[in-house]
Amino acid sequence: MPAVSKGDGMRGLAVFISDIRNCKSKEAEIKRINKELANIRSKFKGDKALDGYSKKKYVCKLLFIFLLGHDIDFGHMEAVNLLSSNKYTEKQIGYLFISVLVNSNSELIRLINNAIKNDLASRNPTFMCLALHCIANVGSREMGEAFAADIPRILVAGDSMDSVKQSAALCLLRLYKASPDLVPMGEWTARVVHLLNDQHMGVVTAAVSLITCLCKKNPDDFKTCISLAVSRLSRIVSSASTDLQDYTYYFVPAPWLSVKLLRLLQCYPPPEDAAVKGRLVESLETVLNKAQEPPKSKKVQHSNAKNAILFETISLIIHYDSEPNLLVRACNQLGQFLQHRETNLRYLALESMCTLASSEFSHEAVKTHIDTVINALKTERDVSVRQRAADLLYAMCDRSNAKQIVSEMLRYLETADYAIREEIVLKVAILAEKYAVDYSWYVDTILNLIRIAGDYVSEEVWYRVLQIVTNRDDVQGYAAKTVFEALQAPACHENMVKVGGYILGEFGNLIAGDPRSSPPVQFSLLHSKFHLCSVATRALLLSTYIKFINLFPETKATIQGVLRAGSQLRNADVELQQRAVEYLTLSSVASTDVLATVLEEMPPFPERESSILAKLKRKKGPGAASALDDGRRDASSSDINGAVEPTPSTVSTPSPSADLLGLRAAPPPAAAPAPASAGNLLVDVFSDGPAAQPSLGPTPEEAFLSELEPPAPESPMALLADPAPAADPGPEDIGPPVPEADELLNKFVCKNNGVLFENQLLQIGVKSEFRQNLGRMYLFYGNKTSVQFQNFLPTVVHPGDLQTQLAVQTKRVAAQVDGGAQVQQVLNIECLRDFLTPPLLSVRFRYGGAPQSLTLKLPVTINKFFQPTEMAAQDFFQRWKQLSLPLQEAQKIFKANHPMDAEVTKAKLLGFGSALLDNVDPNPENFVGAGIIQTKALQVGCLLRLEPNAQAQMYRLTLRTSKESVSRHLCELLAQQF
Amino acid sequence: MAMQFMLLFSRQGKLRLQKWYVPLSDKEKKKITRELVQTVLARKPKMCSFLEWRDLKIVYKRYASLYFCCAIEDQDNELITLEIIHRYVELLDKYFGSVCELDIIFNFEKAYFILDEFLLGGEVQETSKKNVLKAIEQADLLQENRIRITARVSMGGLRKNLY
Repeated sequence: MPAVSKGDGMRGLAVFISDIRNCKSKEAEIKRINKELANIRSKFKGDKALDGYSKKKYVCKLLFIFLLGHDIDFGHMEAVNLLSSNKYTEKQIGYLFISVLVNSNSELIRLINNAIKNDLASRNPTFMCLALHCIANVGSREMGEAFAADIPRILVAGDSMDSVKQSAALCLLRLYKASPDLVPMGEWTARVVHLLNDQHMGVVTAAVSLITCLCKKNPDDFKTCISLAVSRLSRIVSSASTDLQDYTYYFVPAPWLSVKLLRLLQCYPPPEDAAVKGRLVESLETVLNKAQEPPKSKKVQHSNAKNAILFETISLIIHYDSEPNLLVRACNQLGQFLQHRETNLRYLALESMCTLASSEFSHEAVKTHIDTVINALKTERDVSVRQRAADLLYAMCDRSNAKQIVSEMLRYLETADYAIREEIVLKVAILAEKYAVDYSWYVDTILNLIRIAGDYVSEEVWYRVLQIVTNRDDVQGYAAKTVFEALQAPACHENMVKVGGYILGEFGNLIAGDPRSSPPVQFSLLHSKFHLCSVATRALLLSTYIKFINLFPETKATIQGVLRAGSQLRNADVELQQRAVEYLTLSSVASTDVLATVLEEMPPFPERESSILAKLKRKKGPGAASALDDGRRDASSSDINGAVEPTPSTVSTPSPSADLLGLRAAPPPAAAPAPASAGNLLVDVFSDGPAAQPSLGPTPEEAFLSELEPPAPESPMALLADPAPAADPGPEDIGPPVPEADELLNKFVCKNNGVLFENQLLQIGVKSEFRQNLGRMYLFYGNKTSVQFQNFLPTVVHPGDLQTQLAVQTKRVAAQVDGGAQVQQVLNIECLRDFLTPPLLSVRFRYGGAPQSLTLKLPVTINKFFQPTEMAAQDFFQRWKQLSLPLQEAQKIFKANHPMDAEVTKAKLLGFGSALLDNVDPNPENFVGAGIIQTKALQVGCLLRLEPNAQAQMYRLTLRTSKESVSRHLCELLAQQF
Repeated sequence: MAMQFMLLFSRQGKLRLQKWYVPLSDKEKKKITRELVQTVLARKPKMCSFLEWRDLKIVYKRYASLYFCCAIEDQDNELITLEIIHRYVELLDKYFGSVCELDIIFNFEKAYFILDEFLLGGEVQETSKKNVLKAIEQADLLQENRIRITARVSMGGLRKNLY
């Protein structure tokens, strides 16, 4: 090729381009362009007919101006005129202009299509190719409508030139991508597949792209391409480096075609035909083998082309995920690349290993590279490579290496680029939760996250830690202690204040015994941060303060002082003002009992998919998430990871459609004027949207009541007003208890929380607590179906004398329970005097039109009102003797129904409610307990002794109380527990 | 291999060639161009040639004063895309004879024609250098009025990275 310029002689164009380049300023350039536009316009409008050359020159100038970034609003017609020129270069410029500046002017489209039609019919291959290029470049629907039917014909016609076939194949592909409906499948499809056998490598190269796209939608129609692709691929990879002449690229035979064939095969599962499969596996092995051979050239092009095929081969191996041998070889190969001096290869190896990590065959092999990957995270100079390393660490993480990986990622976070911090934070949060062996580690990790990268800790992350702490009794004390310590830092992130505020408000009592974290200290620590925080955080802290008043009466005066301050009561922010006013009133008018009810500890959150995981999925798209939540590795760790572990008190099973934070899972009752959504304070903290705006509608009093109700769609009935006892239907209205009612009741004698009842439709969970002669019980009614329950009416019935012995106040629940939703009912219970039979719970509703009714025994037994009493051996024996009347003692000797385990027995006795006294009974195998049954009318002192006989597998249980009936009843209840 | 677009721009950020294989408005094209030029120019020489950008992968390489930058889809092969760039540079080099940025400025239409012979609709159409150039040569034979452009000043060519 001579070193001459290949201008086609448009001197005027060259001069114009030079002029533009010589412009010293943007203004000068615009001036020069406007001058040129005026010139061209006058030429186009002039009387003299322009010759083809001038037209071409001016159209080309316009194109240049457009590509510089200026708008062009004329010249289209002249360009269209060029299309029908017989001179190739004029036609070419016309097509180029049309391709770059498509205009949906219908008049023009018709003319353009006409010109294209003529060129397609011209049988001049160069003209045909120009026309096809134009269709492919524009790819509009109009062009599809005009030509989609013709192009398949050109593609498979026996007399089409190779170059025309190539253009036709890719042109059709573009049209198919834009409007698949316009491309008719037909007899031509079979012939397209056979283009894979074409002699001309260029035709095969173009055809593979088309087939790869078509077969995705019609896999069966194109199935025959598998064996053809395999044999083509096999011929290429086994050919010598010079066999393919011009299709060999830097000693690599047909790299583009190889990559495309490997991609095509990834549209299908492994070949069924054994011979085909054998040939394919052989080819894949050949590629892996070649990777170990010394390079045939030192040029980077050689290694790039070779490795492009290698990576695509590995993709196919991963796609099949069925050849352990190949998977491990692929992993080893990638492992070599992890330390390659080429940054590109390290990047790709990290990326590719990520997918390999999710295969069960290669997961372990990937894990062996952990040190190299951690090192990459620390030392790679390019952030995109570090990001790949972080992705891979995330993908290879499992129970065995979670601590190491999480701590490395935390360390990396301190210096990580701002662009990827949030993602790293999400990943750390997910791994910490998923692989937490103990939850104190989890809490530490999340607090570290907030400390290191507080700005990047999204709401989902800190909501999640609160959910988990709330649901796990065993970590609450630790969490309270840890946040308390974290808040000591002079400058701590606002997210830390939020988490700290919430946790101390709920569980601050667990560390209040230590004088260093006494209630006043906790309060002043939190309040020292108050003024630096945003409105949302301050609102949360105000809620913490009112909870403090409940938890720690000694802080009441101080907190009331804070609430009363003008800066709160007259705060310009309505939300803060309202909270201050309401909390202040609540703390002054409500009795301690009411306060305790209103500010009851949050109920456990229902199990659900981690909202963080959902966020990462949103961020990364579904592809990224597939590696995260693959169930295979989860299976082994489902006990502790994933969603919140079901604790005994987690009684609901919300449907998967429940919203992210479950609190709002139950829709507001249709009948009630939705207070729950109007901004329940505690819900606010968790709502997805911006901090809920205070509702303007309700008067302060109403808002007050609705805001402070526990987060359940209860009736808007005033909490402070006397809860009207639910209208008691007469006993004749309710059916007999279900047959298993006694058995269900027995389960709850020694525990307060759990699932009371479950059938196909309904699940009823219980959470309750008792103090002296008072109790509060939450019943959770979960609709297990997808259909709404109607006329839903749970009521508590007191048969016989019970009405005088036990007072149960219930609140109405919504009459509708949506499918998958859960409603909660609160029962306030007062024991008036000792009682023998539990109240009945009757649940009635309509399901799909059919009335359903169900009667259960409410798990309230006399022992719930036990108050444990510690005493020394001497006192015990003295009292034991005092209760020596025959009727005061009840005794039972019975066979063990459960394995005789001392620890279990202890736990049961404690659950039963009595204190366990050590060193009282001379026989250490025996258990001795004492307590007082608290009722409104009287107190009943109880002593008990349980003597296991392991040899005989028997127990002897003795109870002595001041009341005959109580002794007998307790003895019966307790005897059934062992 | 579905390429979404290809951009050629100079070290000063001047766009020299743009080829879009997906329908986008002019406004979007300008926005994307601005964003990518900035991103790529900010990268240091030894960094890797690939980056994630929106939901696409960007593959770029610098030849003398020009950056060649391609956007491909998530599943596409980065290394083979690098070699698409290289093959295109080779084609330009062979056609112009030691190509330089100025050749592409003054003969931008030729750069587009060569690209169309090599890539169509974002897919590789013909990888043989001989076949691509044959198509262009034939076209040149059909044309008249060959005049040598004098404004061409060698800038050392894009060759530096070629051989």
